Amino acid sequence: MKFLSEYRDQRAAEQLSQLIWKKVTRPWTIMEICGGQTHTIVKSGLEDLLPPQITLVHGPGCPVCVTPIELIDKAVAIAHRPEVIFCSFGDMLRVPGSSKSLFDAKAEGADVRIVYSPLDALKLARTNPDRQVVFFAVGFETTAPANAMAAWQADHDRVDNFSLLVSHVLVPPAMEALLSSSNCVVQGFLAAGHVCTIMGYEEYFPIAERYGVPIVVTGFEPLDILDGILMTVIQLEEGHHEVENQYARATRREGNRPAQERIIEVFEVVNREWRGLGEIPASGFQLRGRFQKYDANRRFPFSGEVAHESPECISGLILQGLKKPHQCPAFAVKCTPENPLGAPMVSSEGACAAYYHYGRRQDHDRQANDRIQPELSGAPSR
Amino acid sequence: MIAKPMTEFNLSCPVPRVADDRIVLAHGGGGRLTHQLIEKIFMPAFGNSLLEQRHDGTVLPVNGSRLAFTTDSFVVHPLIFPGGTIGDLAIYGTVNDLAMCGARPLYLSAGFILEEGLPMDTLRTVVASMQEAAAKAGVQLVTGDTKVVDKGKGDGIFINTSGIGLIEANIKQTIGPASVQVGDAVIVSGDLGRHGVAILSVREGLEFESPILSDTASVWPAVEALLSAGIEIHCLRDLTRGGLATTLNEIASDRNVCIKLEESLIPVQETVQSACEILGLDPLYVANEGRFAVFVPTAQVDAALEVMKKADVSQGSVRVGNVEETPGRTVVLQSRIGGNRVVDMLSGEQLPRIC
Amino acid sequence: MCLAVPGRVVEIMDDGDIAFRRGRVDFGGIRKEVNLAYVPEAEIGKYVLVHVGFAISVIDEDEARRVFKYLEELGGLKEELGEIPQ
Repeated sequence: MKFLSEYRDQRAAEQLSQLIWKKVTRPWTIMEICGGQTHTIVKSGLEDLLPPQITLVHGPGCPVCVTPIELIDKAVAIAHRPEVIFCSFGDMLRVPGSSKSLFDAKAEGADVRIVYSPLDALKLARTNPDRQVVFFAVGFETTAPANAMAAWQADHDRVDNFSLLVSHVLVPPAMEALLSSSNCVVQGFLAAGHVCTIMGYEEYFPIAERYGVPIVVTGFEPLDILDGILMTVIQLEEGHHEVENQYARATRREGNRPAQERIIEVFEVVNREWRGLGEIPASGFQLRGRFQKYDANRRFPFSGEVAHESPECISGLILQGLKKPHQCPAFAVKCTPENPLGAPMVSSEGACAAYYHYGRRQDHDRQANDRIQPELSGAPSR
Repeated sequence: MIAKPMTEFNLSCPVPRVADDRIVLAHGGGGRLTHQLIEKIFMPAFGNSLLEQRHDGTVLPVNGSRLAFTTDSFVVHPLIFPGGTIGDLAIYGTVNDLAMCGARPLYLSAGFILEEGLPMDTLRTVVASMQEAAAKAGVQLVTGDTKVVDKGKGDGIFINTSGIGLIEANIKQTIGPASVQVGDAVIVSGDLGRHGVAILSVREGLEFESPILSDTASVWPAVEALLSAGIEIHCLRDLTRGGLATTLNEIASDRNVCIKLEESLIPVQETVQSACEILGLDPLYVANEGRFAVFVPTAQVDAALEVMKKADVSQGSVRVGNVEETPGRTVVLQSRIGGNRVVDMLSGEQLPRIC
Repeated sequence: MCLAVPGRVVEIMDDGDIAFRRGRVDFGGIRKEVNLAYVPEAEIGKYVLVHVGFAISVIDEDEARRVFKYLEELGGLKEELGEIPQ
């Protein structure tokens, strides 16, 4: 596939890897924010191509993982209502609430359906006028324009039996929260490419300045991530802390203006609870103004059980990159994808799930791959 | 054989939340939960040395000959899809299970469970496809049964086929997972993922420039060719539900070996790959209905490939990996860019990544 | 999060308000209907990045080649445009 397959080219990957080996002289800890990037890193075994001085840690890049447990409980309660068709992206169905997940609810008879787009859910509302269609609007800023459009079209066409259960989370406040924490180990960031496609990367300049960290907007294919790591390493070795754009083929500094305008029309910024991290100010969206009537939170009153987490789940530490999944005592023992204790084990982009499925059961052996020879002098060979 | 899942790919039923007290759709997925079901419920009740063969079919010694016997149920939805019908799967699926034992498929039975209200034309179409498939596969349908259930209690048509095949007397080797050895090469008989994607394309309303057809077909001609050529075959396994990854995990686990794959060698047709990208699927886990894996000693790879490429159904054969000693019970993939990762067993139904 | 796939615009359907502007996009042989409200500059033949049924960006083809040009300058990586490396 054009603009996809080229970014998986082996020779180019080796070259980028060699350039990274050449440049690194000291240990560096780099965090990637987006679950899609985590997925690529683990799936392509990308760390095998990196020198041992580089430690990659995985941030709270999975909106599924950070959706508050109370919201899952609410979703389950709404889904159980006989008049409701509850629509969601696939990942959300797995996440455990206080006592069950949406999948459990479905097994018990709730009408829960997977959709690929919020417009699919809107279409269901149009074709099922006697039912209430609720869409679980979870995501980073990337998905907000799509959800905003669904609400906007519903309003335009007066589709009243449609509502959104919103759980949008914003990346820059989370990055700031991580960086301002006293046990922050992160020295450089790979910013989420598609979030920046929508929002641009203007917001990262004050963050890079304030905390002295390089931030590189990075794509999702193996070459993108290697390229992003290379750019970050160059900055770290040379003592810079700037914002750069590796993903320029899809992202501009100002972002996507029409998308931003639609977001502002439909959503407003609010404080938001991040599961595992606590409340982060101004880090979420909720429906505003005339779109509030599409808020499922308001439409379906809920008085449920008090939410409680499994005491053994350390997702907070995982999401901050302070611990790796395999360092959790419950990992792969009590907490498995079949029996998840927390969200990062469930979502296909959660760090724990990625580590489990792709076999990172122990600390990764960097010497294993001796096909990549560090070239310490001259141009990289092919 | 245990029942296939309700739909080849049921996008509405994903997670394996282990509810020990009831069956969930994932129990039919072919992955971990299916295995748990077999180990915890079926084996304790029925376990015997023949069942312990744990292969696609069972080899039975009968009066000096070796017969292969297998059964399979088909519950796919939609009933008719690009490239075939549930009837094709019912015939070829059982024929292929027999072929995987190294047996010439001979006789099939067919049990139908029909839902009240099923249009007669649909039944005619399915039966016609079964007739054609049986003829192509060289088998006869010799006994059958029909039941009808109330509307709402079935998915249109469920079919069970059982089959008997004969392992020719001149074949001395035992073909099955037990014969897999360190040093064996792994060959797949063609490009992966067509069947699962063909099914999904109907359910998801995907449009194709040129449609992807299910690869449902009899693989016996390829197996027969290998047997006739005297290739030393250690194991044959079809790549149905759960795909290549599941089959290889089962073997690696049974034999306590490591199966090492190279991603750049694994054949996937471009449109199938695109469909998987869009739907967030991994082709390694997608069901195939006309593909199988062969384990042969490395020294025989070239000879085996030459033979297989001559048969239509396996003209796309290619070596994709090797059997190594460690780490045991693991399938490892070297990615296109040269890094390694573990290819794990499916935890539930494969859930497409969407966003 | 944010699985977005690049595809080529093969048809555009304008339905009044920009919010309803749709297109047919080809992803390596698969055609899907995509909302184009957020890429008013998209034209037939251009590549767009699609996320949950919406095009969120037009691919800048010059920028797309940048990393390959850079590696080519450095180490003589031979890139043939249009070849899909395995």
